[in-house]
Amino acid sequence: MTTTERLTAPTPGRRAVRRPLLAVDGLGVQFRLRDTRMHAVTDLNLTVRAGELLAVVGESGCGKSVLAHALLGLLPGNATVTGHAVLHHPDADPVDLVTCGQRHLARRVRGRRVGLVPQSPATALNPVRTGRRLLTETLRAHGRRREDGDQLAVDVGLDPADLDRYPHELSGGMAQRLVTALALAPDPSLLIADEPTTGLDRPLVDHTLDLLRRRCDEGSAVVLITHDLAAAQRVADTVAVMYASRIVEHRDADQLFTAPTHPYAAALLDALPDRAFRPVPGDPPMLTALPAGCAFAPRCPRRTDICASQPPPTAVTGGAVACHHPITTGAVT
Amino acid sequence: MTSSPHLLADDVTVGYGRQVVLDGVTLRVDRGETVGLRGPSGCGKSTLVRVLALLHRPDHGRVSIDGTPVDGVRYAVPVGLRTRVAVLFQSPRAAADPRLSLDDLIAEPLRAVRTPEPTIRERVAELTDLVGLTPDLRARRPHAVSDGQLQRACLARALVHRPDYLLCDEATAMLDASTQAHVAAVIRDYQRTQHAGVLVITHDEILLNRWADRVVGLADAARTHT
Repeated sequence: MTTTERLTAPTPGRRAVRRPLLAVDGLGVQFRLRDTRMHAVTDLNLTVRAGELLAVVGESGCGKSVLAHALLGLLPGNATVTGHAVLHHPDADPVDLVTCGQRHLARRVRGRRVGLVPQSPATALNPVRTGRRLLTETLRAHGRRREDGDQLAVDVGLDPADLDRYPHELSGGMAQRLVTALALAPDPSLLIADEPTTGLDRPLVDHTLDLLRRRCDEGSAVVLITHDLAAAQRVADTVAVMYASRIVEHRDADQLFTAPTHPYAAALLDALPDRAFRPVPGDPPMLTALPAGCAFAPRCPRRTDICASQPPPTAVTGGAVACHHPITTGAVT
Repeated sequence: MTSSPHLLADDVTVGYGRQVVLDGVTLRVDRGETVGLRGPSGCGKSTLVRVLALLHRPDHGRVSIDGTPVDGVRYAVPVGLRTRVAVLFQSPRAAADPRLSLDDLIAEPLRAVRTPEPTIRERVAELTDLVGLTPDLRARRPHAVSDGQLQRACLARALVHRPDYLLCDEATAMLDASTQAHVAAVIRDYQRTQHAGVLVITHDEILLNRWADRVVGLADAARTHT
């Protein structure tokens, strides 16, 4: 099947020689609500290397989008961010996205070094400007020629003639492609794409995924936030599975899709129509009332007493998974 | 001419302005089967759903429900016939009234036909349980729930009149894998227990082949009866 075919076979050891671009260490995000606190991101560690396409997957409401917004300093005022997220750059000092402040983020980082393809293009576009004006403005602010706009439109699969329309004259899929073009205009070294294929049909989904893959092959990094596991399987180098505000497993895409070790990752893959097509039993917990132990324990077939009382270990890129009883395949244990 | 009860679009032609979208399309969905409909973007799949759901009057041809030809659309059709076919749309955000709580969203079609409130409460509780909406979610409005939770509410609403036919127009495209499998499981279960006819439209070939009993291409459905 074409949807499960990989676009490029990962080169063995490719990731080993690449420098880390983004190092997230102990990131936490809490929202103060009227009478409670919501833990949207908890103790999150993550490394993204140049040239790497990382897919962050998980059920809706698990904190995927909050992670994206936290990295860009786009959270609302009732949010508290803790931990570190260090962005490296070959020609500039590393900058901690959590502590550097809005001023620095606005002037140096957001849209320049880290681009965002927002989740709902309809609300992200200025309704009184045509696509061409939005694109030209962005290109000129970053010292690029306005003529580059047409090429960018073609790159994302948009007819340049459609740039002369106003956002309300675009379909959802066209608006989606326009925000992708806008995010790519400054040529950011890290692109965070939050559900960039929503509203696109299959050929355009594939086109967009190919585009992201190509960017990585040219040395940029992409964090693809998606609920579409088939998309992640198709283009990602590594996949991070998020559950109830934590990353529970993060490893090479091939390994994760063939032999997931966290029970939640395994259950999520089992929901795919080309696998068991069986939903994960039960419901995810409310982020306002996370249990003391493992948040997945109530839905987990491998749970024991320790799962309810002790929080699981923190997942590490390519290593430990957040589980007291990870699945070991082929081992003689 | 005796056959199992079915929903039939018979030689249907639909155009918007001068653009012909469906040209002599015949599609039949029997009670108790799940038919998958595939076709490229813009080929008229959603228009065919609107025609079958009696939301759009075809220029030529007609829709019949269990052998009864339907003339007219929307409120021109008797309630008893109209409620036999339900639709689950692609985007619950666009389909759901943002002013209603999920409970009211599900109850609205029952109130529209003046069902007694105790019956409504019972039926809504039964359906929210079926689709897996917890009590604390039921009082919320659409903006306070996720897409997956809202689509579950829309599914409950679609099933509220126990339709004989359910049309799913890319109804799981925006859902995560687990919610997609759950929604599909609820619909398959309903189809079996109620002996309903289901039409599934999706771009996802794998999902289509897994879910549907038989798959039809829209191109094949056109001009099969010349």
